[in-house]
This record gives sequence, structure tokens and C-alpha cells, in this order.
Amino acid sequence: MLSGLLEAVFNGMSIGSVLLISALGLAIVFGLMGVINLAHGELMMLGAYTTFVVQNIFKLLPTPLFEFYIFFALIAAFFVAAAVGFVLERGVIRFLYGRPLETLLATWGVSLILQQFVRSISWGLAIAISLFCLLFFGGMQLINRRPNAESIRTKAIAIILPLSIGISSIVSIFLGNTFGLTITKPWFGAQNVDVTAPAWLRGGLPIGDFQLPYSRLFIMLMTAICLVGIYLFLQRTNWGLRIRAVTQNRNMSACLGIPTATVDAFTFALGSGLAGIAGCAISLLGSVGPNTGQNYVVDTFMVVVVGGVGKLAGTIIAALAIGTASYLIGSGTFISMFASLQPVADFLTFFATTSMAKVMVFALIITFLQVRPGGIFPQKGRNVEL
Amino acid sequence: MANQFGRRRFIILGGAGVAGTLLLKACTKPGSSPTASPSAAPDTAASPSAAPVAASGNTVKVGILHSLSGTMSISEKSVVDAEQMAIAEINAKGGVLGKQIEAIVEDGASDWDKFAEKAKKLIDQDQVATVFGCWTSASRKAVLPVFESKKHMLWYPVQYEGQECSQNVFYTGAAPNQQIEPAVDWLLKNKGKEFFLVGSDYVFPRTANSIIKAQLQAKGGKTVGEDYLPLGNNEVTPIIAKIKKALPNGGVIFNTLNGDSNVAFFKQMQSAGLKPDKYPVMSVSVAEEEVKAIGVEYLKGHYASWNYFQTVNTPANKTFVENFKKKYGNDRVVNDPMEAAYIMVYMWKMAVEKAKTTEMEAVRKASLGLTFDAPEGKVTLENNHHLSKFVRIGEIGADGMFKVVSESKEAVKPIPWNQYVAETKGYACDWSDPAKGGKYKA
Repeated sequence: MLSGLLEAVFNGMSIGSVLLISALGLAIVFGLMGVINLAHGELMMLGAYTTFVVQNIFKLLPTPLFEFYIFFALIAAFFVAAAVGFVLERGVIRFLYGRPLETLLATWGVSLILQQFVRSISWGLAIAISLFCLLFFGGMQLINRRPNAESIRTKAIAIILPLSIGISSIVSIFLGNTFGLTITKPWFGAQNVDVTAPAWLRGGLPIGDFQLPYSRLFIMLMTAICLVGIYLFLQRTNWGLRIRAVTQNRNMSACLGIPTATVDAFTFALGSGLAGIAGCAISLLGSVGPNTGQNYVVDTFMVVVVGGVGKLAGTIIAALAIGTASYLIGSGTFISMFASLQPVADFLTFFATTSMAKVMVFALIITFLQVRPGGIFPQKGRNVEL
Repeated sequence: MANQFGRRRFIILGGAGVAGTLLLKACTKPGSSPTASPSAAPDTAASPSAAPVAASGNTVKVGILHSLSGTMSISEKSVVDAEQMAIAEINAKGGVLGKQIEAIVEDGASDWDKFAEKAKKLIDQDQVATVFGCWTSASRKAVLPVFESKKHMLWYPVQYEGQECSQNVFYTGAAPNQQIEPAVDWLLKNKGKEFFLVGSDYVFPRTANSIIKAQLQAKGGKTVGEDYLPLGNNEVTPIIAKIKKALPNGGVIFNTLNGDSNVAFFKQMQSAGLKPDKYPVMSVSVAEEEVKAIGVEYLKGHYASWNYFQTVNTPANKTFVENFKKKYGNDRVVNDPMEAAYIMVYMWKMAVEKAKTTEMEAVRKASLGLTFDAPEGKVTLENNHHLSKFVRIGEIGADGMFKVVSESKEAVKPIPWNQYVAETKGYACDWSDPAKGGKYKA
């Protein structure tokens, strides 16, 4: 009985911790900043692909070093996803603050672009893109330096844009024809890629007839570290103070000299970086492919909405509650308790498959949101728009 | 910002955009040779060709209809590669009826409605002689009415759940009695009587599992539990807990999961301590390509049932693997659906040559009874439009290849209407005899 209870608690927590670590970044981006970022899953996917790349680099090193690639992968995943998030905020999202519908569509578009990007990225494409960026943005920089920059800007774009597109595509086609497959072969392709956890994460800790998988323990630990890190960052550092100030009252913060645009960009990058870490974590459990992100994005939004927008504590409780509920329903733990009550037992057996458990969990969430539309911890105060 | 976006600005930017795309288009045209990049194939297909009739001029047009984008592109792209290779081989040897084969590739985009739409386009607009295509049962069911109403011909290369026998479809993948049923028999004999069934939540796994359950009941096995995972779901913890509860001392797991869920399933099986010696998993959707994507570390020692493995030891297979690697790169692998796709192109070519025309009904009649020395062994196209195929069980080795542990001595005849399922028991299919047709009481 005791080991059964332990198993239920542990399994519920381990599902919850996966939900939590993937929802953490969104809790910041959506919860604090109010940006509906549908590309969150794709940022996770980029983190997972970074893990794959780091793993392959470490395969070249001697074995004892390879076993620790995961730590480097975590760091690299954070920075890669954060960098992409930064570019995303500067390039798209900052023009759309306060327009949730447009943000939703734009980030969805970005998510599709990112998916296709990992499918088709090859040396030729990478060279073409970097050449285009160099030519176009370099050219724009030069134009901006001129005293009459404002008046000639549109004309300059009209000339530079097709020119740089043309030059970069010609170069990549030329390279493709000269070097053939080495240039045009996609790095990852549409196939899933194989991320193998280091040997010390593949086993489990046996307790009685039950085994605690090390990878799950590792993810729980990582989730805890991320939580503590975010808490300390938001509460104890200058940047954290600025982020909290801007999310509470943007105009007042701007008046007091806080660079709100920079704060926005860094907050978004932080949220994206956390998505990258989550991507590295899930690569230990599941598949890594262009569609990886899609599998998680709905769940992460669910967690943040149930937890209450803008509250980290709510996200934590919601993730653990949803995780435990879906385990208990899906594994049919309750069935034996109601063995004497035949109709109840039949009802529970019907929902005791993973796909039906999901239906049940969604139904429970909808019921819960009817009672408490603001989530577990609703936002209070003057700027609540409920 | 929006207010400043005046008419002049719009015209200039728009003009720049148009100029840019024109330039891009102009640049890509000469560079896109179909062999250089795989993405060029749909391009050439999209441009409408001048010749309106299938066999006019110097080419015979055939359609290739698979998902080149979306979830299923993972698997279907490599099948297109195998079909293209077969067509290129035939063309190099002089084509069919003295004409070169021209493949028109359409993208079904993992969207079943799109499959039906593209099938119509291939038949009506391009007037192709036949269509090679589809992977999921859902896409096949979506195009089936199109091919039946237009009396056209589809070649379908993937193992499937059976319970179908259309006059307008040739099934070159395994029917359940050529893959699932022999696998269950082998497991009963070698691995144990208690089965746990895991599958994705859609038509193929549910039908397959109902067949397995009926078969186990008939042969003295026992189904101790079953569970279904939504496509793309990665959270398998409850399933693993259930497996442990249902099979505390080990037992057989029959896996009909498809796609990404397989990765999560095998990774978490291992970390939960379910090892292949006590909990062998038999998969019917894990082939060489998937082994590569899931990771050999997690799959070593588990089993899969197919008609063909890359390691099959026949002379035809040696040249097949060699040619494929030469054409697409040394790191590529071949698998069962790709081999079936390769067979079906040759089967169609032989039927056309026997009929001496590309006319549908003549080709269909000519195709029945043809044999082909395929990589898996000698296969025959039976009167029920399915192939007789060899059945093999493979154990996954440390190199990611399958070690064949069981092999049928001769090709197994296909049975599309399942004999374990009560509704179809006693039915058969024979298209050589107009009186019998797709479903008759034998």
C-alpha cells in the first residue's frame, strides 16, 4: 500500500514537473507580460535541437566527458532559445503590444516558420540567410548614418531588399550547384532526431518493486532549480525589480526612467530561455522533431490559465494538480477503491486510458474555470481586466 | 506607425517585394535540377505540363501522392524517394512501352481532404496513367471514393489493418495475416501468453488490437490490458504504471503506437526498469528509419515484425540497398514501406508491358498473378489485389539494424478480410472473377 501511494505521488509529481518546466517560460511571457506566445512550443523545440547538436559535438570527445554533455546542453539551450526570443520580441512582438489577436496570429505564423526552418535548414540556406542579413541590415545601417536618412529610407529599402535577396539566393544556388549534397543536404531534415540521455540518466533508483527513473528525478531537480532561480531573479535583483515595475505599471515605470523597451526584450528573452531549458529536459523523455513543440503548447497554456495569469505560485500548483489528476485518472488508481460500487467503477474504467483521461482532465478544468474564471490565484488590483 | 504607412510607401515597398520575388523566381528556375535538391520535385510537378493525355508524346505520366509536409512527411518523404528511384531505374533501361515515365509529385500535406483534392487533380487535370501514394489509413479512406468513382488505379505501399478490398486499389504492404498475426503466433510460442496492448488512438491500432484480442482468445493467450495514447502525446507514465501492475512478473507488450509517441514510450520504458528480457516489446510501426530517430540505446533487444528488413540476405536486396545509398547518401536506410513502394512501381510497369497499353482495366487484369523478384524475395500479386509476402520477425541489434530471428519459408498469401473478427469471418475477395468481386462468402 505504502509503495503504491509513493508510486502515485511520485508519478503525479513527475508528470507535473514536466508540465511545470515547460510552462515556466510561458508563465513569464504570458503571465507577466500578457503576450500570447504560440511559438512557445517551438522555442522548446529549438532547445531540444540544441541538445541534439551539443550531444553530437560531445560525441567527438572521450567518453567520460560525453556523459556530462547534458549540463552544457542546458546552458546552450537557454542561450539559443533566449537569443531567438530576443530577436522575436525586437522583430515582431514589440509592434503588437496590447493587440492580443494580432499577437496570437503573428506568433502562430512564427511557430510555423520555425518548424519549417528546422526541417529545411542546410548550409546553403544558412549561408543565404546570413548573407541576406549582412547585406540588408548592413546596408540599412549605412543608410541610417547619412544625414538625410529619413527621406531616402523607403527608396533605399526598395533597392536594397531585392538586391540582397537576389545576391544571397544566387550565391546559395551557385554553392548548391558547385558542391552538391554537402551544401543542399538538410542538417536535421523532416525526420525526428535521436537524443540519447547520458548513461547515468537512463537507469532508475529501485525502491521495493518500484523504480524511480533518474531522468524524472533530474527533471524535478532542474524544475526546482529554475523556480528558485526565477524567484531570486525577480525578487532580489535590479532587473527583477524593473520587470515587476513594468508589468505593474508601464507608464509610471517609464516616467521614473526605466527603459521599458529593453526590459520587455529581456523579459521575453528570459521566458524564451526557460522554454529552451524545458526543451532540453523533454528531450530526455520524448521525441525531438519539428513537431515536438506542438505536442506541449496546449498543455502549457492550460497550466498557466488554470494557475491564474501573473502568479508563479499558481502555475506551480496548477501543474502539479493537473499532473497528479491525469495520472490518477489515467492509471485507474481509484478503480479498486470503488470496487463495491459497480457503476462508479465502470465509469472510472471507461476513463482509465490515457486518451480518455485527457478528456476527463479537460472537463474538470472547464468546470473549475466556471467556478473560478481567474484561475487558482486570480490577479487583484487596479489593472485587472477581467 | 500605421498612420505613417501611406500610399507612396506602400507602392514602393510592394514594388520591392514583387521585384524581389520575381528575381528569386528567375534565379531558381535554371538552378533547380530535380536530382540536386529534394524540394525541387514538387516545383516541377506544380508547373502544368503541355501534354494532356497520359501516354501522349514520349512520356507516360504517373502520379505520386504523399505528404511532403506536415506530421506524416517524416515517413512519406522516404517512400517518395524509393518510388522516384524505381522510376529512374526503369527510365534508364528504356522506360515502359518505349516511353519515359514522368512522375508528377503532389503534396497531400498530411491533410486527408487535401489528399482527395490532389487525387482528383492528378486524375482529371494531369490524366496520369496510375497513382502511387498514401500512408495512413485515413488518407487512403479519403481518396478511395475518388478512385472508385473515376475508375482509376491507386497503389498503396504500407502495412494496414485489412478489412478492405477495392477494385481500384493495389495493396503492396502487409495485410494483418502477413504481419500482426504471425507476430502474435511467434510471441505466444517464444515469449509468453500474457499480452499488454499499447496503441495510438486511431483506426489502425484499434482495428489491429481487436484482431489481436480475438486471436489471443482463439489460441489460449490472454489480454491483460490495453491502452491508447492520443497521436503526438508524450506522457506515458500512466501506461507504464499499468503495465507494471498488470504484468508484475514480466510479459509481452504489443505496440501499435505510431509516430512521436514511440520515442517517449521506449525512453521511459527503459528508465522505469522494464527491460527487454522480461518485457519484450513487439512493434509493427518501428522500422529502420524509426530506430534511427528513437535511438538504438533504447530499442536494443526489442522486436519488430515486417516483411522486409534492410539486412535481408537476397541478391536483389543487395543491389537495392546499394543503389539507394548511391543515389541518396550513405547515411540513409531503407525500410519495409519503401521496399513495398519500390515493388509496386515495378509491378505496374510489368502489368503495362503485359497489357501493351496504359488503359486502366487492361492493366488491372494483366497485373493479377504477376511475380517480381523483390528485395524481400519472390512476391506475387494475388487475385485479391494484395501481394503474397514473406513474414519476418527481427530483433533490434546494437547497430540499429534488425537481426532476423524468424522467417516464413515461403511467401504468405494475403487475407484482407480478417478471419478472427466475427463480422468478416468466412469472407474473401477475388477480382479475377467478376462474379465474386470485393467481398463474397467463401
